[in-house]
Amino acid sequence: MHEFSITQSILSIALEKANTVKASRVSQINLVIGELSGIVDECVEFYFDFLSKDTIAAQASLSFHHPPTRLRCRNCAAVFSPNNLNWVCPNCHGPKIEILSGRECYVESIEVE
Amino acid sequence: MEIKVLQDILSANDAIARKNQSRLNKHGILTINVMSSPGAGKTSLIMQIISQLREKARIAVIEGDVASTIDADKVSKQGVTVVQINTAGGCHLDANMTENALNNLPLDDIDLLLIENVGNLICPAGFALGEHKRVILLSLPEGDDKAYKYPSMFTQADVVLINKIDLLPFLEFDIASFSNAISGLNPEVKIFQVSCKTGQGLEDWLSWLQEQIKEMKSHHGS
Ligand SMILES: Nc1nc2c(ncn2[C@@H]2O[C@H](COP(=O)(O)OP(=O)(O)O)[C@@H](O)[C@H]2O)c(=O)[nH]1
Ligand SMILES: [Mg+2]
Ligand SMILES: [Zn+2]
Repeated sequence: MHEFSITQSILSIALEKANTVKASRVSQINLVIGELSGIVDECVEFYFDFLSKDTIAAQASLSFHHPPTRLRCRNCAAVFSPNNLNWVCPNCHGPKIEILSGRECYVESIEVE
Repeated sequence: MEIKVLQDILSANDAIARKNQSRLNKHGILTINVMSSPGAGKTSLIMQIISQLREKARIAVIEGDVASTIDADKVSKQGVTVVQINTAGGCHLDANMTENALNNLPLDDIDLLLIENVGNLICPAGFALGEHKRVILLSLPEGDDKAYKYPSMFTQADVVLINKIDLLPFLEFDIASFSNAISGLNPEVKIFQVSCKTGQGLEDWLSWLQEQIKEMKSHHGS
């Protein structure tokens, strides 16, 4: 459900940027949204169609890049991907974990005409 | 033509949150964002804080709720100032809603502002409100395996309250394993075991809270 406000932000970031280069149309928006952000692509697409109507970004296609979750052990520095709901280090079995990636949530670029 | 943007989707919210925080600083108001799943005990916690600290601090509450005013009604019966934010179905509070709520509060007369976020452990994580501290309640019936289910929330918490500790004899909840997982993700986090029903364990948490209020006063406000 927070995809609604997320989508509002995506649209306003895209429109603002397009405006700075006097673009007449936004054809694509490239998004980087990590697996851990809890954002569902389909929801964003659904709200985007609705919110972008009557803007120069109407019918723009959304491209989602999902960086996978990468973790690092703070004890032995091993880097690993979680493979279940128990994030212990596969090397030393310690629980001291740092999240390296997976929480990204930004607009990478836009395609304009 | 491709144009680089590289802008955080939540940057607009973050900017308003920073504005809220400097406003709160100016008035010396310690502000706590209380988050949890529905039913974990946010309203009960706020009621406990009010009844235990009302003589020591001037308290106000912002109640976020999807539609009802039940929690706000409960809290306002305690005689503290409450502003209700109705999110109209939205699953989290944001900085803009908080700003509107601040406009309706007597900021000169508040030491402690408690914000009850919408019951949800996913969505509020990314949305700063301007708070100084984030408190997450996890109640025993929810299970001890929740740390890695909501990692974004727990890595941002300043305090995790393990609530409904009075139910421990009746449930299988491994406190040590849950606490280790949380501290593993977030080495700075403070963990307290409490019952917002019986009052068990609240003392330590309340003295931590009072320390924060004092610190806030000494840095800001009058
Ligand atoms: N046994 C027990 N019940 C609690 C405790 N804290 C809250 N509750 C109960 O849990 C239910 C939900 O509490 P509430 O504060 O409304 O949760 P909220 O949805 O997070 O605001 C209520 O029936 C409370 O009485 C506790 O420490 N122990
Ligand atoms: Mg409540
Ligand atoms: Zn390790």
